Amino acid sequence: MPASQATPAPPGPWSGFARRGLRNQVVCAMVALVIWLITPVSRGNLYSAWVYSASIGTCCWFFIDGGRLLLATWLPGRHQMPAASRARWPGPGWMLLCVLAGTALGYTLGSSLGDAVTGFTTPSLLENRPAVAISIIVAIAATWYFYATERLRTEQAAAESARREATESQLMLLQSQLEPHMLFNTLANLRVLITLDPPRAQEMLDRLIGYLRATLGASRTGLHPLSAEFDRLADFLALMAVRMGPRLQVQLDLPEALRNLPVPPLLLQPLVENSIRHGLEPKVAGGRIEVRAAQQGGRLLLTVRDTGVGLGAGAAPAAPAGPPTTAPGDAAKDSHYGTHHVARRLATMYGEQAQFRLGPADAAEGGTLAEVSLPLAPAALSGPPVQHPHLSNPP
Amino acid sequence: MTTALIAEDEPLLAAALQAELARLWPGLAIVASVADGLSAVQQTLALRPEVCFFDIRMPGASGLDAAQALAEDWPDGTPFPLLVFVTAYDQYALQAFEAQAVDYLVKPVDAHRLAACIDRLKKRLAAQPAPPAGPQPALDDALQRTLTQLRGLLGAGAGGAAPAPPKLAVIQAAVGNKVHLVPVAEVLYFEAADKYLRVVTAEREHLIRLSLRELVPQLDGQQFWQVHRGLVVRASAISTAQRDESGKVFLSLRGRPERLTASRLYAHLFKGM
Repeated sequence: MPASQATPAPPGPWSGFARRGLRNQVVCAMVALVIWLITPVSRGNLYSAWVYSASIGTCCWFFIDGGRLLLATWLPGRHQMPAASRARWPGPGWMLLCVLAGTALGYTLGSSLGDAVTGFTTPSLLENRPAVAISIIVAIAATWYFYATERLRTEQAAAESARREATESQLMLLQSQLEPHMLFNTLANLRVLITLDPPRAQEMLDRLIGYLRATLGASRTGLHPLSAEFDRLADFLALMAVRMGPRLQVQLDLPEALRNLPVPPLLLQPLVENSIRHGLEPKVAGGRIEVRAAQQGGRLLLTVRDTGVGLGAGAAPAAPAGPPTTAPGDAAKDSHYGTHHVARRLATMYGEQAQFRLGPADAAEGGTLAEVSLPLAPAALSGPPVQHPHLSNPP
Repeated sequence: MTTALIAEDEPLLAAALQAELARLWPGLAIVASVADGLSAVQQTLALRPEVCFFDIRMPGASGLDAAQALAEDWPDGTPFPLLVFVTAYDQYALQAFEAQAVDYLVKPVDAHRLAACIDRLKKRLAAQPAPPAGPQPALDDALQRTLTQLRGLLGAGAGGAAPAPPKLAVIQAAVGNKVHLVPVAEVLYFEAADKYLRVVTAEREHLIRLSLRELVPQLDGQQFWQVHRGLVVRASAISTAQRDESGKVFLSLRGRPERLTASRLYAHLFKGM
């Protein structure tokens, strides 16, 4: 849901300029205190130490901070920062130049300012080595401090937003799978079956338990065998078959040789749900859903095909990887969500090695065809490491 | 004997509702049980039952759409059926119904709730005056109530949580491998025709593959008025509106010879200032 996400826009390069200016005043005050403490008592004068420190410090800060922002704006591409603060820090070489030049300018201007306030005369840049050294050391330390805190803040913000996105995505998926309409209709059917046909009611309840356990408990980071994936789909489709009666025909095709291939758990679930909800449920005559696994060259090809109303009915976009275009209603939003979810999961787990395609089924029967193509060998995984393979006990 | 029709796409639930009604209301005859919204409209118009139980989410047309079609096309002279909506979960419908008189049931339907609904229906049926011998009132009570309720529902639907999509400026109508660009400013009306939409300007018309439901949110509601479930007209293109006894309103247009019909559901849009 990129549209609704409340991610604040990354701050512009000049944001925080004033804030750093104020913090710099604290640094200046501390420097003044230190200078006053370490210089001989005869010359020590806290007021004038502070005046010089503040005027030189402020000028240095102004030239360094302003200079690096100008440099960062003019020199795009010279950065090792996280994306959010790219525009704000030039590389270390430019930064050093910036600090030295900024300090030279800042010292010259600042000491004149200090002279004007106190009435003293300070030696020029080249004659007063200790003061210049102090200025440079403080400038480098302060710059490094500002850089480090900003970097930390950006990284924290990025981590925070990634975490929020992951949670949101998980919630959305759960919400789409535990959709109240589906749950209550299933329960209503179950309630009828309990008096009408107790053994069938029990079987349906087992399927519901299997479905709920998988949906609520599935670890979405590991892998499980393809046979477990098909078992979960069979649970869901059996529930739908009770509800839709003769309007739904189901065909699951898993060759024996492919049963143990590892796949991400519940990968196909959103596709099957879309086929039912947006393809077959709206169709008066109902139709057929086929889920197949096949080996094609060195790849595993998983297909979900339905003979429903098809994509033209305003249900799902033809290009799931792109941003949502028009959103005619909630149904379409759900369906966008489902296909986006599959595409995103494949991208994070397999990178370029997985393909996902959604389009009209070409046969005369119409409907929709979703295809997922994965590398056969799990070693090819580039994403999060394979954790504990998901163990499953088919009911 | 009271007659009723059930529209429910899930066979088990339809059978169960029928059985439960038979148990709780022996005097009720189920004249038909259909599994989709289109048949619901057809059969209700054909059989004229006194009570209709409509599921909300059905293939073909939703229960709400079916109710709208019935309210628009109901013939004069027969009392409009009492509608009971049955829904697994439909928050927006529930909210809309809270304030209204027509009943709704939530699935799974328990016997107590169904009995209460039956009581309500019986009371309503008893209160319905027998068809008077003299001239018919133009609209009976139940129809009037349903119209008010549907207007409320349509209004609620329009103000939903979904952000308004951007307004269309140009309609792109494909003919073969050529696309005609039709400025919305030139369109006089849009009319639903099966799976297509007729886009009519003063000079000519085009067909596009879009439902009226998808189109309407993309139009400026001040400029285009929906006057029928299948018809959206540019308000400034309407020259006169004439009402007949059944509540329908006939519209004549500037720039087109044909007359259009606004249904009674939208007749309230046309009144003298």
